[in-house]
Amino acid sequence: MSELDFNSLPDKIIVEHVSKHFRTDNRSMQVLEDISLTVKVSEFVCLLGPSGCGKTTLLNLIAGFEFPECGKIFVDGKIVKEPGSDRMVMFQESALFPWLDTMGNILFSLSLNRSLTPAERKDKADYFIRLVGLEKFAHAFPHELSGGMKQRAALARALAPGPQVLLMDEPFAALDALTREQLYEDLQLIRMNQEITIVFVTHNVAEAACLGDRILLFSSNPGKIYKEFLVKLERPRDIRDLKVAQIAGEVTHHLRTYF
Amino acid sequence: MIRWGSAILFFIVLLIIWQKLVDFGLWPPYLIPSPSEVGDYLVRATEDGTLLMACYVTLRRLLQGYIFGLLFGIPLGLLMARFQLLHDTMGIIALGLQALPSVCWAPLAILWFGQTEKAMFFIVVMGSVWSISLATETGVRHVPVLWIHAAKTMGAKGLHLWLKVILPASLPFVISGMKQGWAFAWRSLMAAEVYITVLTGFGLGNLLHYGRELHVMEAVIGVMLVIMAIGLIIDQLAFSPVEHWLHRRWGTKKV
Repeated sequence: MSELDFNSLPDKIIVEHVSKHFRTDNRSMQVLEDISLTVKVSEFVCLLGPSGCGKTTLLNLIAGFEFPECGKIFVDGKIVKEPGSDRMVMFQESALFPWLDTMGNILFSLSLNRSLTPAERKDKADYFIRLVGLEKFAHAFPHELSGGMKQRAALARALAPGPQVLLMDEPFAALDALTREQLYEDLQLIRMNQEITIVFVTHNVAEAACLGDRILLFSSNPGKIYKEFLVKLERPRDIRDLKVAQIAGEVTHHLRTYF
Repeated sequence: MIRWGSAILFFIVLLIIWQKLVDFGLWPPYLIPSPSEVGDYLVRATEDGTLLMACYVTLRRLLQGYIFGLLFGIPLGLLMARFQLLHDTMGIIALGLQALPSVCWAPLAILWFGQTEKAMFFIVVMGSVWSISLATETGVRHVPVLWIHAAKTMGAKGLHLWLKVILPASLPFVISGMKQGWAFAWRSLMAAEVYITVLTGFGLGNLLHYGRELHVMEAVIGVMLVIMAIGLIIDQLAFSPVEHWLHRRWGTKKV
């Protein structure tokens, strides 16, 4: 897939001068300070920074779980008021419902779509289970799945309703390196086959360089975006690729000098 | 198999020690009857139907009150979890009433309902409903926020969120609460049956009471053993397996 000039594409997500702070007992933390950013349609934007609250909070605001104190967030031109399946979230822990098997979990996200018939839902669920390679585990329960399998199931569940935006909060952080690299390939493949806008939170520099079209560096307390990197490499990218490593090196250098 | 074997062996040894101590004559026979005398009593009481009748009466009273406790307690727990005001008000009452030892209900029950089945029913309900509602509330409050967020991002809200996500998610705690409610109901009923005579039915506690009145020690010990056995069977065969299965499948730890 050749490079895409995202500037010519319409805006998908607009974050306008958003601020949020948390107060705990005696301290007050400025988690997000005057954050503004625009994500274009089908762009893959990585929010990169040390483990802390800012990036995840921004994701929660875009998702609609929390609300900014000042500023606004627009998706497709409309203000974000509540969570919805147009902006599906994938969490660090799979958040699969333990009383449902894999198929049941995926069907749950489809069941909220009234316009589909049960047969259509089953077909879609089958398609996505096969997409993430879990056909043999369709009737396994979450406690029987490994971490990598659970995240695959969570990915299938997030993609099944056909969201236009995928918000991913360090989804691969708890997985071993081999599983992670497999999922990088899978995610890039999925993205090549359908138009989807992704906002991806991570603290893993190589991961961001491998997956993102754009990397935004975050500082914490106060939470601000202090640098932006454009990654114009061809897809699909291999994390062991020299060019990916070069970009990762550049980004790491900037992270180190800032801190 | 070995565990069963060693358990059975242990109890056989206990029985032998008991018999030997009685034969030795350390205590007067009207205080400590021998295992064979207790066994005799149990066989006789089963044959003439008193024991089975008493079991039936007791269990019927228990089930009636307990089911009512469930039907009232679980919704109450859900409401207390949902509405902070209810939690602050009914919650305190529930905590207090749960802390009240069940036998304290007996005098009130007699004054309100007389020596009737209604009094028994009331006592069982009061014994169980508060634990059930409090445990249900705890269960709901312990549902991981992650699951709520996951459900919301998929578009679940309102009643659908409660029925399809929050309720199944809190099931392990609800079952633990049901188990505790059962245990409290059992205790309160036994206390009631020992102190209150209801002419329409003799439960196990009543048998215990009469054993004492008539100084028939084998009856007292025999009925106590039956009560223990029923409690153990219901716990081990009904509640515990379900509880363990749920906590394993849900991946939660018991409170």
